[in-house]
Amino acid sequence: MKAIKIGVLTIAAFILINNQYSVASVQPGVPNIKASIARGKELYLLQCLACHQIDGGGVPHLNAPLDGSANVKGKDKAMLIKIVLNGLKGAEIEGESYSNVMASHKDLTDQQIADILTYVRNAWSNKASQVTVAEVKAVRAKLK
Amino acid sequence: MKKLVSLSLIAIAILAMNFTSLLAADSTRTSKLTIVKPDADNAGLKLPVGFGALKVADNLGKTRHLVVNAQGDIYTKIMGKVGSEKGIIKLHDVNGDGKAEEITSFGNYGGTGIAIKNGYLYASSDVEVFRYKLNEKEDVIDSKQPERIITGLKKGNQHETKSIALDNDGNIYVNIGAYSNSCQIEDRTKGSLGKMPCPILDSAGGIWQFKANMLNQSYPQGIRYATGLRNVVGLDWNSQLNQLFVMQHGRDQLHDLFPDLYDDKASAEKPAETMYAIKKGTNAGWPYIYYDPSMNKKIVAPEYGGDGKKESTDPAFSDPAIAFPAHMAPNGLLFYTGNQFPDKYKNGAFIAFHGSWNRAPLPQEGYFVVFVPFENGKPTGKWEVFANGFSGVEVVTGTRGAAHRPCGLAQGPDGSLYVSDDSKGTIYRIIYQKETK
Ligand code: HEC
Repeated sequence: MKAIKIGVLTIAAFILINNQYSVASVQPGVPNIKASIARGKELYLLQCLACHQIDGGGVPHLNAPLDGSANVKGKDKAMLIKIVLNGLKGAEIEGESYSNVMASHKDLTDQQIADILTYVRNAWSNKASQVTVAEVKAVRAKLK
Repeated sequence: MKKLVSLSLIAIAILAMNFTSLLAADSTRTSKLTIVKPDADNAGLKLPVGFGALKVADNLGKTRHLVVNAQGDIYTKIMGKVGSEKGIIKLHDVNGDGKAEEITSFGNYGGTGIAIKNGYLYASSDVEVFRYKLNEKEDVIDSKQPERIITGLKKGNQHETKSIALDNDGNIYVNIGAYSNSCQIEDRTKGSLGKMPCPILDSAGGIWQFKANMLNQSYPQGIRYATGLRNVVGLDWNSQLNQLFVMQHGRDQLHDLFPDLYDDKASAEKPAETMYAIKKGTNAGWPYIYYDPSMNKKIVAPEYGGDGKKESTDPAFSDPAIAFPAHMAPNGLLFYTGNQFPDKYKNGAFIAFHGSWNRAPLPQEGYFVVFVPFENGKPTGKWEVFANGFSGVEVVTGTRGAAHRPCGLAQGPDGSLYVSDDSKGTIYRIIYQKETK
């Protein structure tokens, strides 16, 4: 029971700290990677956390991990943007298949998708270049 | 040859030892294998006083359900993509120490369900069910040519595994999980409403009954025995009550999908995981309702006009026999009929909870085996954690952090309880050691 409380506290603290980040004023559209990561983290907690988990580790056999994934850290940013816009199911990722369905998140703005992807590419053990609004815009235009 | 001879000599010696201890044992408790000793650390498990545990085998892959034959050999079903002849693993304890020294495998399909009944081993893929004839020692006679008894079952991108149970009248029950979270027009999409009526229920989201001995059956030969069950992984036939019991996995993501009605804490704690005592025609109500574990009520799902509080008054929907905290994922159900454990366990239910993922940002829960006492054919409601410690950590924040995840349950001929873990492929055996007087 105590352990649960501590866990909740840690997470609460985590969210608090996180909220402070988002206060930092950066004009949208300006490719400031730090601010983008901070905004992306907040969006991740709302949109992706349930399935991909707080540590980005996913759920074995169910939801793909984002932490450590070659795709997530990779050069093909258009593919990542497409996954967020269209959702994904029945795909095989690094030899594993996952028994869940990722819904489309096309209602997110270009800025939000750029921020979330910039976050997941730089969270946990990941380190990769930023995803920009222009890149998201380009992929979205092609899908239409 | 020499090796074989000496092995069988050892086996005979062990048998002899076994006999002496058998003779010394309490005469009301039969067929004890008293030379099996728990591991020094009880295989990492926390158990009630008097119980011990050992690892029978390790690193077997995604070991889902399992069954133990009359000789104490274990058959366990492997999920997902499997290599050639790697779909079912057989574990044989050569020297009687409880550890499997001989590990063999057969079958070219991945799956979850496995059971033994009336001289056959039954095993399922995600679309079919096969059976293998057993000899008098309950060993598979021909592992290459099983009979296909059921085929063409629905399989989507979620809840695709098929669990099986058999009754004593020649029927087999198969879970066909709903290939959806809550039958939304757009699955798992924020604000999307439910399809009315939910079309999935015609061929999934329930339990189908087939004949255990008829070849190549599909939907036309089967009966939709129970409906409104989103996904069942753990199920068992209760021979004492002559009735099927199932464990439903409750729906996910109330907060993600309807953030105005549920905050993340409500979503972490709703809905309940539920046990149903099934009668022919039982309707558990998915996707139209869910069971709220704090209100102890059937609540209208937000996809079907619910507001988080509105109670369902539809008489078609059954109440659960017992409800458990949300999202813990009950993957194994077993009614204990053995004589090894103390009397309180007899005819009660063990449930293997796989452990949650859908409680974030709260810590994850489950990853344990619980015991549910039964009285007069009903759960007393006072369930308790029986075996814990599978995850290897105090708090599981992300599901990946759990080292082992309980999945299947089986009872050995001596009354030992077996638990499979589909994360690392560990098979546990839990034994009761006599009270030290
Ligand atoms: C309902 C659960 C769910 C939610 C919510 C979800 N995902 Fe996913 N995600 C999945 C599943 C399941 C897969 C794997 C699908 C497959 O294998 O076909 C996946 C795969 C991915 C991949 C591909 C990973 C790789 O290694 O190729 C990315 C990237 C991704 N998700 C990002 C996100 C982001 C960003 C969000 C939030 C906007 C999100 N997901 C929300 C379930 C989810």
